[in-house]
Amino acid sequence: MTLSLRKREHALSSSLAQREHLAGLPLASSFEDKLQQSGLFPLRPLRIDTLQINVGKQCNQVCRHCHVDAGPDRRELMGDEVLEACLRLFCDSDIPTLDVTGGAPELHPRFRELLERATGAGRHVMHRCNLTAILLPGYDDLPELLARRRVEVVASLPYYLPKQTDAQRGDGVFEKSLQGLRRLNALGYGRRDSGLVLNLVTNPVGAYLPGKQQAVEQDWRRELERRYGIIFNHLYTITNMPISRFLEFLEDTGNLEGYMERLVAAFNPTAAAGVMCRTLVSIGWDGTIYDCDFNQMLELPVASNGTRPSVLGTAPARLLEALRARPIQVAPHCFGCTAGAGSSCGGATA
Amino acid sequence: MSETYYDPRDLAKFSSIGEDAPELWKKFLAWYSAVFTEGALTEREKALIALGVAHAVQCPYCIDAYTQACLEKGSNAEQMTEAVHVAAAIRGGASLVHGVQMRNCAHRLSM
Repeated sequence: MTLSLRKREHALSSSLAQREHLAGLPLASSFEDKLQQSGLFPLRPLRIDTLQINVGKQCNQVCRHCHVDAGPDRRELMGDEVLEACLRLFCDSDIPTLDVTGGAPELHPRFRELLERATGAGRHVMHRCNLTAILLPGYDDLPELLARRRVEVVASLPYYLPKQTDAQRGDGVFEKSLQGLRRLNALGYGRRDSGLVLNLVTNPVGAYLPGKQQAVEQDWRRELERRYGIIFNHLYTITNMPISRFLEFLEDTGNLEGYMERLVAAFNPTAAAGVMCRTLVSIGWDGTIYDCDFNQMLELPVASNGTRPSVLGTAPARLLEALRARPIQVAPHCFGCTAGAGSSCGGATA
Repeated sequence: MSETYYDPRDLAKFSSIGEDAPELWKKFLAWYSAVFTEGALTEREKALIALGVAHAVQCPYCIDAYTQACLEKGSNAEQMTEAVHVAAAIRGGASLVHGVQMRNCAHRLSM
Protein backbone atom coordinates (compact mmCIF):
# COMPACT_ATOMS: atom_id res chain seq x y z
CA MET A 1 0.00 0.00 0.00
CA THR A 2 1.26 3.51 -0.84
CA LEU A 3 1.71 5.83 2.11
CA SER A 4 0.20 9.29 2.44
CA LEU A 5 2.30 12.27 1.39
CA ARG A 6 2.31 13.30 5.04
CA LYS A 7 3.70 9.95 6.18
CA ARG A 8 6.40 10.09 3.51
CA GLU A 9 7.23 13.69 4.50
CA HIS A 10 6.81 14.60 0.83
CA ALA A 11 7.17 18.28 -0.09
CA LEU A 12 3.62 18.27 -1.48
CA SER A 13 2.17 17.35 1.90
CA SER A 14 2.35 21.09 2.58
CA SER A 15 -0.70 22.92 1.22
CA LEU A 16 1.39 26.07 0.85
CA ALA A 17 3.93 24.20 -1.30
CA GLN A 18 1.04 22.93 -3.48
CA ARG A 19 -0.45 26.40 -3.85
CA GLU A 20 2.90 27.92 -4.76
CA HIS A 21 3.63 25.14 -7.20
CA LEU A 22 0.31 25.60 -9.01
CA ALA A 23 0.61 29.40 -8.99
CA GLY A 24 4.05 29.11 -10.65
CA LEU A 25 2.80 27.11 -13.65
CA PRO A 26 2.93 28.98 -16.98
CA LEU A 27 -0.79 28.84 -17.85
CA ALA A 28 -2.27 30.47 -20.96
CA SER A 29 -4.76 32.30 -18.76
CA SER A 30 -5.45 32.79 -15.07
CA PHE A 31 -8.70 31.43 -13.62
CA GLU A 32 -9.67 34.94 -12.55
CA ASP A 33 -9.24 36.18 -16.16
CA LYS A 34 -11.39 33.38 -17.49
CA LEU A 35 -14.11 34.22 -14.96
CA GLN A 36 -13.81 37.90 -15.89
CA GLN A 37 -14.25 37.09 -19.59
CA SER A 38 -17.34 35.05 -18.69
CA GLY A 39 -18.82 37.84 -16.58
CA LEU A 40 -18.48 35.76 -13.41
CA PHE A 41 -15.76 37.57 -11.47
CA PRO A 42 -15.81 37.83 -8.53
CA LEU A 43 -17.50 34.48 -8.20
CA ARG A 44 -20.46 34.69 -5.81
CA PRO A 45 -22.70 32.07 -4.23
CA LEU A 46 -26.18 31.57 -5.66
CA ARG A 47 -27.58 29.96 -2.51
CA ILE A 48 -26.55 27.26 -0.04
CA ASP A 49 -28.02 23.89 -1.01
CA THR A 50 -25.42 21.68 0.62
CA LEU A 51 -23.45 21.72 3.84
CA GLN A 52 -20.49 19.44 3.27
CA ILE A 53 -18.60 18.36 6.34
CA ASN A 54 -15.28 16.59 6.23
CA VAL A 55 -15.17 14.59 9.43
CA GLY A 56 -11.52 13.59 9.12
CA LYS A 57 -8.66 12.40 6.99
CA GLN A 58 -8.43 8.86 8.26
CA CYS A 59 -9.13 6.23 5.62
CA ASN A 60 -8.57 2.50 5.20
CA GLN A 61 -7.39 3.09 1.62
CA VAL A 62 -4.58 5.16 0.11
CA CYS A 63 -5.81 6.02 -3.38
CA ARG A 64 -3.30 7.48 -5.81
CA HIS A 65 -5.55 10.37 -6.86
CA CYS A 66 -6.76 11.36 -3.36
CA HIS A 67 -7.04 15.13 -2.97
CA VAL A 68 -7.29 14.75 0.81
CA ASP A 69 -4.04 12.78 1.19
CA ALA A 70 -6.11 10.48 3.36
CA GLY A 71 -4.88 7.18 4.74
CA PRO A 72 -4.67 4.91 7.76
CA ASP A 73 -1.87 7.03 9.24
CA ARG A 74 -3.90 10.26 9.27
CA ARG A 75 -5.26 11.14 12.69
CA GLU A 76 -7.23 14.33 12.02
CA LEU A 77 -10.80 13.78 13.22
CA MET A 78 -13.60 16.25 13.77
CA GLY A 79 -13.87 16.89 17.52
CA ASP A 80 -17.08 16.94 19.56
CA GLU A 81 -17.38 20.73 19.71
CA VAL A 82 -17.06 21.14 15.93
CA LEU A 83 -19.39 18.23 15.23
CA GLU A 84 -22.05 19.76 17.49
CA ALA A 85 -21.62 23.14 15.80
CA CYS A 86 -22.01 21.55 12.35
CA LEU A 87 -25.18 19.74 13.43
CA ARG A 88 -26.53 22.96 14.93
CA LEU A 89 -25.77 24.86 11.73
CA PHE A 90 -27.52 22.20 9.64
CA CYS A 91 -30.50 21.57 11.91
CA ASP A 92 -31.15 25.26 12.71
CA SER A 93 -31.00 26.33 9.05
CA ASP A 94 -32.96 25.49 5.93
CA ILE A 95 -29.98 23.99 4.06
CA PRO A 96 -31.58 21.03 2.26
CA THR A 97 -28.64 18.59 2.17
CA LEU A 98 -25.87 17.42 4.46
CA ASP A 99 -22.95 15.83 2.59
CA VAL A 100 -20.66 13.78 4.84
CA THR A 101 -17.18 13.15 3.52
CA GLY A 102 -13.64 12.30 4.67
CA GLY A 103 -11.27 10.24 4.51
CA ALA A 104 -13.60 7.38 5.17
CA PRO A 105 -16.32 9.08 7.25
CA GLU A 106 -17.36 5.69 8.68
CA LEU A 107 -14.16 5.64 10.74
CA HIS A 108 -15.31 8.64 12.78
CA PRO A 109 -16.46 7.34 16.18
CA ARG A 110 -19.65 9.44 16.06
CA PHE A 111 -20.56 8.68 12.43
CA ARG A 112 -23.65 6.67 13.35
CA GLU A 113 -24.90 9.38 15.70
CA LEU A 114 -24.23 12.03 13.07
CA LEU A 115 -26.38 10.17 10.54
CA GLU A 116 -29.17 9.60 13.01
CA ARG A 117 -29.35 13.20 14.19
CA ALA A 118 -29.04 14.73 10.72
CA THR A 119 -31.67 12.46 9.18
CA GLY A 120 -33.76 13.03 12.31
CA ALA A 121 -34.03 16.66 11.24
CA GLY A 122 -35.97 15.36 8.24
CA ARG A 123 -33.42 16.48 5.70
CA HIS A 124 -31.46 14.78 2.93
CA VAL A 125 -28.15 13.25 3.99
CA MET A 126 -25.45 12.01 1.61
CA HIS A 127 -22.63 9.71 2.62
CA ARG A 128 -19.45 9.55 0.51
CA CYS A 129 -18.49 5.92 0.75
CA ASN A 130 -15.36 4.14 -0.49
CA LEU A 131 -17.27 0.80 -0.49
CA THR A 132 -14.64 -1.02 1.57
CA ALA A 133 -14.85 0.71 4.97
CA ILE A 134 -18.38 -0.70 5.41
CA LEU A 135 -16.87 -4.19 5.26
CA LEU A 136 -14.33 -3.65 8.04
CA PRO A 137 -14.82 -5.56 11.30
CA GLY A 138 -16.93 -3.42 13.61
CA TYR A 139 -18.42 -1.39 10.75
CA ASP A 140 -20.49 -4.00 8.96
CA ASP A 141 -23.70 -2.83 10.65
CA LEU A 142 -23.46 0.38 8.64
CA PRO A 143 -25.22 -0.65 5.41
CA GLU A 144 -28.36 -1.47 7.42
CA LEU A 145 -28.12 1.83 9.31
CA LEU A 146 -27.70 3.77 6.04
CA ALA A 147 -30.75 2.01 4.60
CA ARG A 148 -32.84 2.50 7.74
CA ARG A 149 -32.09 6.22 7.79
CA ARG A 150 -32.53 6.42 3.99
CA VAL A 151 -29.14 8.02 3.52
CA GLU A 152 -28.05 8.55 -0.09
CA VAL A 153 -24.84 6.63 -0.73
CA VAL A 154 -22.35 8.18 -3.13
CA ALA A 155 -19.80 5.46 -3.74
CA SER A 156 -16.41 5.74 -5.41
CA LEU A 157 -15.54 3.27 -8.14
CA PRO A 158 -13.11 4.41 -10.82
CA TYR A 159 -13.90 1.69 -13.37
CA TYR A 160 -15.97 -1.42 -13.90
CA LEU A 161 -12.88 -3.64 -14.18
CA PRO A 162 -10.32 -4.69 -11.53
CA LYS A 163 -7.15 -3.59 -13.33
CA GLN A 164 -8.03 0.09 -13.53
CA THR A 165 -9.74 0.21 -10.14
CA ASP A 166 -6.84 -1.43 -8.33
CA ALA A 167 -4.31 0.79 -10.16
CA GLN A 168 -5.98 3.83 -8.58
CA ARG A 169 -7.17 2.47 -5.26
CA GLY A 170 -4.84 -0.40 -4.34
CA ASP A 171 -4.56 -4.14 -4.92
CA GLY A 172 -7.73 -6.06 -4.25
CA VAL A 173 -9.92 -2.98 -3.81
CA PHE A 174 -12.09 -3.81 -6.81
CA GLU A 175 -13.14 -7.21 -5.42
CA LYS A 176 -13.92 -5.65 -2.03
CA SER A 177 -15.82 -2.81 -3.70
CA LEU A 178 -17.99 -5.39 -5.46
CA GLN A 179 -18.72 -6.96 -2.06
CA GLY A 180 -19.71 -3.54 -0.75
CA LEU A 181 -21.95 -2.91 -3.75
CA ARG A 182 -23.59 -6.33 -3.36
CA ARG A 183 -24.34 -5.59 0.31
CA LEU A 184 -25.94 -2.29 -0.66
CA ASN A 185 -27.87 -3.79 -3.58
CA ALA A 186 -29.18 -6.57 -1.30
CA LEU A 187 -30.70 -3.90 0.95
CA GLY A 188 -32.45 -2.29 -2.01
CA TYR A 189 -29.86 0.38 -2.79
CA GLY A 190 -29.81 1.21 -6.49
CA ARG A 191 -33.26 -0.30 -7.14
CA ARG A 192 -35.46 2.38 -8.59
CA ASP A 193 -38.58 1.49 -6.61
CA SER A 194 -36.80 1.27 -3.23
CA GLY A 195 -36.15 4.96 -2.71
CA LEU A 196 -32.63 4.00 -1.55
CA VAL A 197 -30.26 5.93 -3.76
CA LEU A 198 -26.88 4.52 -4.73
CA ASN A 199 -24.91 6.83 -6.98
CA LEU A 200 -21.45 5.93 -8.22
CA VAL A 201 -18.54 8.30 -8.71
CA THR A 202 -15.76 7.73 -11.21
CA ASN A 203 -12.52 9.66 -11.43
CA PRO A 204 -10.33 8.98 -14.49
CA VAL A 205 -7.51 6.53 -13.82
CA GLY A 206 -4.85 8.85 -15.21
CA ALA A 207 -4.07 12.27 -16.62
CA TYR A 208 -7.15 12.73 -18.78
CA LEU A 209 -10.62 14.19 -18.45
CA PRO A 210 -13.75 12.17 -17.79
CA GLY A 211 -16.09 11.34 -20.65
CA LYS A 212 -19.65 12.54 -21.13
CA GLN A 213 -21.46 11.52 -17.99
CA GLN A 214 -24.59 10.21 -19.67
CA ALA A 215 -22.71 8.11 -22.23
CA VAL A 216 -20.32 6.69 -19.63
CA GLU A 217 -23.26 5.92 -17.33
CA GLN A 218 -24.91 3.85 -20.08
CA ASP A 219 -21.74 1.79 -20.57
CA TRP A 220 -21.33 1.28 -16.83
CA ARG A 221 -24.96 0.29 -16.30
CA ARG A 222 -24.63 -2.36 -19.00
CA GLU A 223 -21.22 -3.65 -17.89
CA LEU A 224 -21.83 -3.71 -14.11
CA GLU A 225 -25.12 -5.55 -14.56
CA ARG A 226 -23.84 -7.96 -17.22
CA ARG A 227 -20.58 -8.82 -15.50
CA TYR A 228 -21.50 -8.71 -11.82
CA GLY A 229 -25.27 -8.18 -11.48
CA ILE A 230 -24.70 -4.78 -9.82
CA ILE A 231 -27.27 -1.99 -10.17
CA PHE A 232 -27.05 1.69 -9.31
CA ASN A 233 -29.00 4.90 -9.83
CA HIS A 234 -26.61 7.36 -11.44
CA LEU A 235 -22.97 7.67 -12.30
CA TYR A 236 -21.15 10.92 -11.59
CA THR A 237 -18.02 11.69 -13.58
CA ILE A 238 -15.51 13.76 -11.64
CA THR A 239 -12.34 15.40 -12.92
CA ASN A 240 -9.19 14.74 -10.92
CA MET A 241 -8.00 17.91 -9.21
CA PRO A 242 -4.34 18.79 -9.66
CA ILE A 243 -3.71 18.77 -5.92
CA SER A 244 -2.23 16.48 -3.29
CA ARG A 245 -1.57 12.90 -4.42
CA PHE A 246 -2.90 13.46 -7.95
CA LEU A 247 -0.54 16.42 -8.21
CA GLU A 248 2.27 14.09 -7.16
CA PHE A 249 1.22 11.61 -9.86
CA LEU A 250 1.14 14.37 -12.51
CA GLU A 251 4.61 15.52 -11.51
CA ASP A 252 6.14 12.07 -11.30
CA THR A 253 4.83 11.09 -14.72
CA GLY A 254 5.71 14.36 -16.51
CA ASN A 255 2.02 15.06 -17.12
CA LEU A 256 1.51 18.19 -15.03
CA GLU A 257 1.98 20.83 -17.70
CA GLY A 258 -0.03 18.95 -20.34
CA TYR A 259 -2.86 18.25 -17.90
CA MET A 260 -3.09 21.88 -16.81
CA GLU A 261 -3.01 23.05 -20.45
CA ARG A 262 -5.85 20.67 -21.17
CA LEU A 263 -7.90 21.95 -18.23
CA VAL A 264 -7.36 25.58 -19.26
CA ALA A 265 -8.11 24.90 -22.94
CA ALA A 266 -11.31 23.07 -21.97
CA PHE A 267 -12.62 25.95 -19.80
CA ASN A 268 -16.38 26.04 -20.22
CA PRO A 269 -18.23 29.20 -19.10
CA THR A 270 -21.44 27.21 -18.58
CA ALA A 271 -19.61 24.84 -16.25
CA ALA A 272 -18.08 27.85 -14.49
CA ALA A 273 -21.53 29.31 -13.88
CA GLY A 274 -22.59 26.01 -12.31
CA VAL A 275 -19.58 25.26 -10.09
CA MET A 276 -20.52 23.62 -6.81
CA CYS A 277 -18.93 26.27 -4.60
CA ARG A 278 -21.80 28.55 -5.64
CA THR A 279 -24.26 26.29 -3.82
CA LEU A 280 -22.14 24.55 -1.19
CA VAL A 281 -20.20 25.32 1.97
CA SER A 282 -17.49 23.00 3.23
CA ILE A 283 -16.44 22.56 6.86
CA GLY A 284 -13.09 21.06 7.79
CA TRP A 285 -12.41 18.66 10.68
CA ASP A 286 -11.23 21.60 12.82
CA GLY A 287 -14.30 23.73 12.07
CA THR A 288 -12.72 26.03 9.46
CA ILE A 289 -15.09 27.03 6.69
CA TYR A 290 -14.14 26.67 3.01
CA ASP A 291 -15.78 27.18 -0.37
CA CYS A 292 -15.24 23.51 -1.26
CA ASP A 293 -13.38 20.37 -0.19
CA PHE A 294 -10.54 21.16 -2.63
CA ASN A 295 -9.96 24.62 -1.17
CA GLN A 296 -10.10 22.90 2.20
CA MET A 297 -7.18 20.63 1.30
CA LEU A 298 -5.22 23.62 -0.01
CA GLU A 299 -6.10 25.48 3.22
CA LEU A 300 -7.78 28.35 1.39
CA PRO A 301 -10.59 29.30 3.82
CA VAL A 302 -13.56 31.43 2.77
CA ALA A 303 -12.78 35.12 2.49
CA SER A 304 -12.99 36.87 5.84
CA ASN A 305 -11.66 40.01 7.42
CA GLY A 306 -8.62 38.66 9.20
CA THR A 307 -9.92 35.98 11.53
CA ARG A 308 -9.95 32.34 10.47
CA PRO A 309 -13.59 31.66 9.51
CA SER A 310 -14.96 28.93 11.77
CA VAL A 311 -18.22 27.18 12.42
CA LEU A 312 -17.51 27.77 16.11
CA GLY A 313 -18.49 30.93 17.88
CA THR A 314 -20.98 32.52 15.47
CA ALA A 315 -24.74 32.04 15.55
CA PRO A 316 -25.90 29.93 12.55
CA ALA A 317 -28.16 32.63 11.12
CA ARG A 318 -25.43 35.28 11.17
CA LEU A 319 -22.86 32.88 9.80
CA LEU A 320 -25.08 31.87 6.88
CA GLU A 321 -25.85 35.48 6.07
CA ALA A 322 -22.13 36.23 5.83
CA LEU A 323 -21.51 33.08 3.76
CA ARG A 324 -24.25 33.96 1.27
CA ALA A 325 -22.56 37.31 0.61
CA ARG A 326 -18.97 36.08 0.36
CA PRO A 327 -16.74 36.24 -2.70
CA ILE A 328 -15.53 32.72 -3.51
CA GLN A 329 -11.78 32.06 -3.32
CA VAL A 330 -10.33 30.83 -6.61
CA ALA A 331 -6.92 29.58 -7.71
CA PRO A 332 -5.45 27.60 -10.66
CA HIS A 333 -6.81 24.25 -9.41
CA CYS A 334 -10.33 25.60 -10.02
CA PHE A 335 -9.82 24.86 -13.74
CA GLY A 336 -10.51 21.25 -12.71
CA CYS A 337 -14.16 22.10 -12.02
CA THR A 338 -14.74 24.09 -15.21
CA ALA A 339 -13.19 21.85 -17.87
CA GLY A 340 -15.44 20.27 -20.48
CA ALA A 341 -18.79 19.31 -19.03
CA GLY A 342 -17.64 20.58 -15.63
CA SER A 343 -17.07 18.65 -12.44
CA SER A 344 -18.46 18.71 -8.95
CA CYS A 345 -19.17 16.35 -6.07
CA GLY A 346 -22.41 15.69 -7.94
CA GLY A 347 -20.71 15.02 -11.28
CA ALA A 348 -20.91 17.07 -14.48
CA THR A 349 -22.36 20.57 -14.20
CA ALA A 350 -22.84 21.65 -17.83
CA MET B 1 20.53 14.91 -33.36
CA SER B 2 17.39 15.59 -31.35
CA GLU B 3 15.17 17.08 -34.08
CA THR B 4 12.56 14.87 -35.63
CA TYR B 5 9.94 15.37 -38.30
CA TYR B 6 7.18 14.82 -35.77
CA ASP B 7 6.93 17.10 -32.73
CA PRO B 8 4.05 16.36 -30.27
CA ARG B 9 3.70 20.12 -29.66
CA ASP B 10 2.76 20.58 -33.33
CA LEU B 11 -0.65 19.01 -32.73
CA ALA B 12 -1.67 22.17 -30.88
CA LYS B 13 -0.76 24.16 -34.02
CA PHE B 14 -3.12 22.16 -36.22
CA SER B 15 -5.44 25.14 -36.72
CA SER B 16 -2.59 27.13 -38.32
CA ILE B 17 -3.30 25.10 -41.47
CA GLY B 18 -6.43 27.25 -41.77
CA GLU B 19 -4.54 30.52 -41.99
CA ASP B 20 -4.13 30.46 -45.75
CA ALA B 21 -7.39 28.70 -46.53
CA PRO B 22 -9.83 29.75 -43.81
CA GLU B 23 -13.02 28.72 -45.60
CA LEU B 24 -11.77 25.23 -46.28
CA TRP B 25 -10.61 24.91 -42.67
CA LYS B 26 -14.00 26.04 -41.42
CA LYS B 27 -15.73 23.48 -43.60
CA PHE B 28 -13.33 20.75 -42.50
CA LEU B 29 -13.91 21.58 -38.82
CA ALA B 30 -17.69 21.59 -39.20
CA TRP B 31 -17.63 18.26 -41.00
CA TYR B 32 -15.08 16.74 -38.60
CA SER B 33 -17.10 17.77 -35.60
CA ALA B 34 -20.32 16.37 -37.12
CA VAL B 35 -18.59 13.07 -37.91
CA PHE B 36 -17.57 12.54 -34.28
CA THR B 37 -20.92 13.51 -32.76
CA GLU B 38 -23.02 10.64 -31.43
CA GLY B 39 -25.28 9.23 -34.13
CA ALA B 40 -25.95 5.60 -34.98
CA LEU B 41 -22.59 4.99 -33.29
CA THR B 42 -21.65 6.32 -29.87
CA GLU B 43 -18.81 8.79 -29.45
CA ARG B 44 -16.85 6.07 -27.68
CA GLU B 45 -17.24 3.67 -30.61
CA LYS B 46 -16.24 6.40 -33.08
CA ALA B 47 -13.13 7.18 -31.04
CA LEU B 48 -12.16 3.48 -31.14
CA ILE B 49 -12.58 3.44 -34.93
CA ALA B 50 -10.47 6.62 -35.15
CA LEU B 51 -7.79 4.99 -33.01
CA GLY B 52 -7.68 1.98 -35.33
CA VAL B 53 -7.53 4.19 -38.42
CA ALA B 54 -4.84 6.33 -36.79
CA HIS B 55 -2.68 3.21 -36.59
CA ALA B 56 -3.52 2.19 -40.14
CA VAL B 57 -2.47 5.59 -41.50
CA GLN B 58 0.36 5.70 -38.92
CA CYS B 59 -0.34 9.26 -37.80
CA PRO B 60 1.43 9.88 -34.45
CA TYR B 61 -0.68 12.99 -33.76
CA CYS B 62 -3.88 11.02 -34.28
CA ILE B 63 -2.58 8.15 -32.12
CA ASP B 64 -1.88 10.54 -29.22
CA ALA B 65 -5.17 12.39 -29.67
CA TYR B 66 -7.37 9.30 -29.99
CA THR B 67 -5.64 7.35 -27.23
CA GLN B 68 -6.60 10.21 -24.94
CA ALA B 69 -10.09 10.46 -26.46
CA CYS B 70 -10.69 6.72 -26.04
CA LEU B 71 -9.66 6.82 -22.37
CA GLU B 72 -11.78 9.90 -21.75
CA LYS B 73 -14.81 8.26 -23.32
CA GLY B 74 -14.44 5.25 -21.04
CA SER B 75 -12.63 2.69 -23.18
CA ASN B 76 -10.03 0.49 -21.58
CA ALA B 77 -6.64 -0.78 -22.74
CA GLU B 78 -8.08 -4.15 -23.78
CA GLN B 79 -10.67 -2.54 -26.07
CA MET B 80 -8.11 -0.12 -27.49
CA THR B 81 -5.62 -2.90 -28.16
CA GLU B 82 -8.30 -4.89 -29.97
CA ALA B 83 -9.06 -1.80 -32.10
CA VAL B 84 -5.38 -1.60 -33.06
CA HIS B 85 -5.43 -5.32 -33.92
CA VAL B 86 -8.43 -4.73 -36.17
CA ALA B 87 -6.47 -2.01 -38.01
CA ALA B 88 -3.39 -4.22 -38.18
CA ALA B 89 -5.41 -7.20 -39.42
CA ILE B 90 -6.98 -5.12 -42.18
CA ARG B 91 -3.57 -3.77 -43.16
CA GLY B 92 -2.08 -7.27 -43.08
CA GLY B 93 -5.06 -8.74 -44.88
CA ALA B 94 -4.93 -5.99 -47.48
CA SER B 95 -1.33 -6.91 -48.23
CA LEU B 96 -2.07 -10.58 -48.26
CA VAL B 97 -5.13 -10.36 -50.49
CA HIS B 98 -2.93 -8.70 -53.11
CA GLY B 99 -1.24 -12.07 -53.21
CA VAL B 100 -4.12 -13.12 -55.42
CA GLN B 101 -3.00 -10.44 -57.89
CA MET B 102 0.50 -11.91 -57.61
CA ARG B 103 -0.83 -15.39 -58.25
CA ASN B 104 -2.91 -14.25 -61.22
CA CYS B 105 0.08 -12.46 -62.70
CA ALA B 106 2.42 -15.40 -62.05
CA HIS B 107 -0.11 -17.79 -63.55
CA ARG B 108 -0.39 -15.64 -66.66
CA LEU B 109 3.38 -15.47 -67.10
CA SER B 110 4.23 -19.02 -66.25
CA MET B 111 4.12 -22.25 -68.18
